[in-house]
Amino acid sequence: MKTRSLLYGFLVEFANSETLKEGIRQARREGFRKMDAYTPFPVEGLHEELGIHYSPVPLIVLTGALIGGIGGAFMQWYSAVLDYPINIGGRPLNSWPSFVVITFELTILFGGLFGAFGMLAVNGLPKPHHPLFNEPRFDLVTQDRFFLCIEATDPKFDHEKTWRFLENLKPEGLYAVHDLP
Amino acid sequence: MREETPETVYTPPIIGPGHNYRTLTEKISGIVLDRKAPIEWFLLFGVGFIGSVTLLFALIYLLARGVGIWGINIPVGWGFDIVNFVWWIGIGHAGTLISAILLLLHQAWRQSINRFAEAMTLFAVTCAGIFPMFHMGRPWFFYWLLPYPNTMGLWPQWRSPLVWDVFAVSTYLTISLVFWYIGLIPDLAAFRDRARNRYARAIYGIMSMGWRGAARHWHNYETLYVLLAGLATPLVLSVHTVVSFDFTVSIIPGWHSTMFPPYFVAGAIYSGFAMVLTLAIPLRKLYHLEDLITMRHIQNMAKLMLATGLIVGYSYIIEAFMAWYSANPLERYVMINRAAGPYHWLYWALILCNLVIPQALWSRRVRNNVVAIFFIALVVNVGMWLERFIIIVVSLSRDFLPSSWGMYYPTIWDWATFGGTIGLFIMLFFIFIRVLPMISIFEMKQIIDKPEVSIE
Repeated sequence: MKTRSLLYGFLVEFANSETLKEGIRQARREGFRKMDAYTPFPVEGLHEELGIHYSPVPLIVLTGALIGGIGGAFMQWYSAVLDYPINIGGRPLNSWPSFVVITFELTILFGGLFGAFGMLAVNGLPKPHHPLFNEPRFDLVTQDRFFLCIEATDPKFDHEKTWRFLENLKPEGLYAVHDLP
Repeated sequence: MREETPETVYTPPIIGPGHNYRTLTEKISGIVLDRKAPIEWFLLFGVGFIGSVTLLFALIYLLARGVGIWGINIPVGWGFDIVNFVWWIGIGHAGTLISAILLLLHQAWRQSINRFAEAMTLFAVTCAGIFPMFHMGRPWFFYWLLPYPNTMGLWPQWRSPLVWDVFAVSTYLTISLVFWYIGLIPDLAAFRDRARNRYARAIYGIMSMGWRGAARHWHNYETLYVLLAGLATPLVLSVHTVVSFDFTVSIIPGWHSTMFPPYFVAGAIYSGFAMVLTLAIPLRKLYHLEDLITMRHIQNMAKLMLATGLIVGYSYIIEAFMAWYSANPLERYVMINRAAGPYHWLYWALILCNLVIPQALWSRRVRNNVVAIFFIALVVNVGMWLERFIIIVVSLSRDFLPSSWGMYYPTIWDWATFGGTIGLFIMLFFIFIRVLPMISIFEMKQIIDKPEVSIE
């Protein structure tokens, strides 16, 4: 069947974050793993319900901050001591207290930029098109609706059984989302 | 004095009654997407536009004739340009304080004011940047300040506070922009989903980068948001510290002081809150946002303004004390010159604006009166500008040798540039509230999702 091969997943709609969390718990008990929840705002503890415990973002920020800080300190030391040494009143060439400010600023700058671009990269953004956008109801995800999508690639995914399971959750709505309209 | 009834100690809520997710989205995005701009918007935008054109004209004339058209000369080589630079940079600080420090302190009331306060920061830093850039005289060589491989084989002078300032201010602008934009992404997605106009939908769609509110994404997003707040907090404290280094590292009497960094940071936050209040009070009236920017916000900001104002007042007193206690005749003369010299009336106006009038905020009655708070905020804005004028110009005009003293008078071009940046600020701000969500929609929803967070 052609439509089946293009099926992205089943999208369930909930009215609030509590029923969404309950839906996730049941789906996890059922053994589904390839799923994600979609909410208008960050719901506390939702990622843990989905079994997501790790975010690479802190490590990315740390990497950026270290690159900025060490790179900044090195750049100043290299230029002041090796590349362009000037003797000013007999002061030491490696006058490190003067280098603190720029080292600090570059630490923050690189940490922040790495974090921002890293977060987008980890999330796979920008991604202007996504199969979920084919479902008109999904527009409400940025307003007041909470969604759970069980993806068709989940090994436990079965067209009839999964649909029936999701119907039993008594959601506000249940939609099959296709990759192409 | 009437007796205190329970009614007078009532603390207003941080969000008006009867709001749910949908009404919040509709109210905030409706300002941009559904409703026509009110006539006041056009008037204020027009004022800003005229100011911006004035600025453009003043700067073009400056490039044609050189900085001689300004009032600066020897001994006062830093006039309006640096005064306005420090003033604008300081104003930006409240935006970062609200968005970063209050986030780390879990102050839920920040959520409805952080967005436009951050926008204010960006525009204020933009206005600030214009001054040192054009004060250089040959602004097209500004990149000489940056470390880049060049055929001259030169490097920036790392030991100069002016170079530190370049790094501090440009980092501040970049991180503020990143923080603001990251915060905007989910709200831009909400705009994309609500916009009926095809082009608006496409533009907001591109700007929101395809945000779809996935739990995985929110997890990384929130982690980053807190980390950015953690990075922005020391950054904002460092920016005005580094600005104060421009003065303290020199030997001019009145500048060479270890007190400057905290004194400047407190003053920056003081003037910043004054500017946030100056913007928030008319905005909530104009767009009927009294249920989102409540009296609680106004009162909290008024209290913060009072608190930072007291630190600033304390600094004025310590400055005078240290001048006497140092037993240094030059330092002592700085104080005498401020209070009784040719610019004495500015000094007393400063004391009136920054030290005396804001004390009215101790009164609960004043803190319940929006018009009074607005007036005090305006006074503080003026006062903080006077403070920078006195620190910079009065110290420079009479330094060591009476033979090298001289007065500074701003010219019409100084005023045009200063007024022009105010116009640019107003114009940018009104463009912002016309095309972007001026209140963070998703963060407001978080407040009503967690009733256990004290809204009262």
